[in-house]
Amino acid sequence: MSPQTFTTNATGAFASDDDAPEYTAYGQDWSEIAEEAKRLGQQRIVVNMGPQHPSTHGVLRVMLEIEGETVTEARAGIGFLHTGIEKNMEYRTWTQGVTFCTRMDYVQSMFQEVVYCLGIEKLLGITDDIPERANVLRVLMMELTRIGSHLVAIGTGGNEMGATTVMTTAFNAREDTFRIIEMITGLRTNNAYIRPGGVVIDAPEGTVDYIRTLLPDIKQRLDELADLQLENPIFKLRLKGIANLNLSSAMALGVTGPMLRSAGLPYDMRKTNPYCGYETYDFQVPTSTDEDAYSRVVLRMEECYESLKLIAQCCDRLDAMEGQPVMVADKKIAWPAQLALGPDGQGNSLEHIKHIMGQSMEALIHHFKLVTEGFPVPAGQVYQQVEGPKGVLGVHLVSDGGTKPWRAHFRDPGFNHLQALSILCQGGQVADVVVAIATMDFVLGGVDR
Amino acid sequence: MSDKAGKDKAGKDKVLEKSPVETAPLEPGSQSTHMDLASATPDPEGRAPITLINVREGMFSGAGDTSGFGGLVQAVQMPGKSERPYGEWFDAVVDILEELLGDDAQDAFEYVVVDRGELTIYVARDHLLTLMTHLRDDQDLRFEFCLGVSGVHYPDDTRRELHAVYPMHSITHNRHVRIEVAVSEDDPHIPSITSVYPANNWHERETWDFFGIIFDGHPSLARIEMPDDWQGHPQRKDYPLGGIPVEYKGATIPSPDTRRQY
Repeated sequence: MSPQTFTTNATGAFASDDDAPEYTAYGQDWSEIAEEAKRLGQQRIVVNMGPQHPSTHGVLRVMLEIEGETVTEARAGIGFLHTGIEKNMEYRTWTQGVTFCTRMDYVQSMFQEVVYCLGIEKLLGITDDIPERANVLRVLMMELTRIGSHLVAIGTGGNEMGATTVMTTAFNAREDTFRIIEMITGLRTNNAYIRPGGVVIDAPEGTVDYIRTLLPDIKQRLDELADLQLENPIFKLRLKGIANLNLSSAMALGVTGPMLRSAGLPYDMRKTNPYCGYETYDFQVPTSTDEDAYSRVVLRMEECYESLKLIAQCCDRLDAMEGQPVMVADKKIAWPAQLALGPDGQGNSLEHIKHIMGQSMEALIHHFKLVTEGFPVPAGQVYQQVEGPKGVLGVHLVSDGGTKPWRAHFRDPGFNHLQALSILCQGGQVADVVVAIATMDFVLGGVDR
Repeated sequence: MSDKAGKDKAGKDKVLEKSPVETAPLEPGSQSTHMDLASATPDPEGRAPITLINVREGMFSGAGDTSGFGGLVQAVQMPGKSERPYGEWFDAVVDILEELLGDDAQDAFEYVVVDRGELTIYVARDHLLTLMTHLRDDQDLRFEFCLGVSGVHYPDDTRRELHAVYPMHSITHNRHVRIEVAVSEDDPHIPSITSVYPANNWHERETWDFFGIIFDGHPSLARIEMPDDWQGHPQRKDYPLGGIPVEYKGATIPSPDTRRQY
């Protein structure tokens, strides 16, 4: 079957009318086009938003058919950020895969690392062997990233609607979460911190105290954001009752996360299918029944506060578990390099290098074999899901018994959410398209992978 | 890649030599490689239900295998058919589906696998749409979410090379089931389930794009990630990863797809 069988174009011209006039607009020259359109008396206008638009969280193309100010049809075109990460992962070891999947949705990178590692652990059958301290560190990382992701959603959303202060406040707060993440992993984003079997390094001394000093700052900035936005009359006018998505539509389109919870279903994987010990933490799942853009922003704010509660609980546990292992005891799976944190990020532990280079030939052989070949994973397939900040993040992993995945497929929530764009936008105003996109919260890096 | 292609050709010749009863001659360009497994694998119709993931030759793939195990042929298989009782709630789900499908159940279910606490039902493509409708609508099943469709390419799994994997999730009962459909590369047609699960629209486009599985009845099966005029389906195993060797101070490091595979 040749690819030419299908003539439908996903990235081609939206309207195939040769007589229709075509304009290209960059920035501020809309008035001339509007005059020209008025002169021609064209009622039906097709607007091609993108593939480069600051409000689209990556490179997205939105094709809008408008009549006056009303959107009659909206379609999303994706694929501009496709980098073949899934294909690349098939040629790298299971451990190396972490550095690939963390770069898919670069705003929620920790979640991709966790879901991928949980999948590998399920394939290996070592899910119950993961040390408790590693699980606490994973939860800590995920919740910090959840705050960061929600802040990006809220901050860029505010920026898209013209409120730059919202963005700067949100990004300042996100910077605090990055400070903690950087202290532990050595990197701000794309950390490759969570590895099959545990986490790569233990939190350095003083981390817990540092988190405790920063938490009030983050909370204060969240309060600022809430004060800035939630009771602001302009903000409410722009968002209340806009971009509605009811429960049945959300379910039919596979929409999850805050979008689904804003439609009234308190569905959260952390509660229904707990992983990493979430069942032992005390937190709430904020839910609304307003099903509009405003309720989604409110839910994201509330979730940030819940995440702060979770982080505080993680701190207490880390104190109690000082010195416990953060990687499985099985040396055949644990990364052999015993990484350490240097001033320039993650690196080999000098102790470990001394050991393999100067003391033990066997250790050197094992190090070499495990680093170059990786560890084999028994043949089979698994599906693993976690509750990401944007929705349910799933991974389908197939192993052929070798040291590399036979197939790794990620189900990014944004991929599903973008399908709902038409429902959110059609029949609304052109200006509300931006509101819909902003409150859907997706990152094209994750959508296109 | 040229090494591998050369080997495949040799393998095919061997197959034709060994088994003259082989009825469907392999098309030129087709990557179906029986190799020595042809003798071990009876006719696909009558063979034990199992998914052959890969056939490894030697200890490592490709050139440069200096281990002395060059003649070793290993068939790597997916976990095989499970027998009842499947355990947990798995029996109940299969029972309900069998009851709802009635006389078709025999044809519809190829086999059931329970592995690592997950239930996989291998389904014949002709009955996929009916089965999906039951999965969504029946009050005792109620799988509200189909989390997409993930394609997998098993070039050695003769006449079942392309697999479409549907992860199903039930919020009502908090259950997770995997539905798997296998088709051949020569006839890669699977009915689209977008009429039952509209959320699968883009997922099916993606699987068409990457694997070339044609979902019949899809409203607009266009490429979604690759450009419209792209040739080939990049996630298939016979599609090269590409890449160039990296040179540094005179030393050359081969690109990832040409490195030795373990």
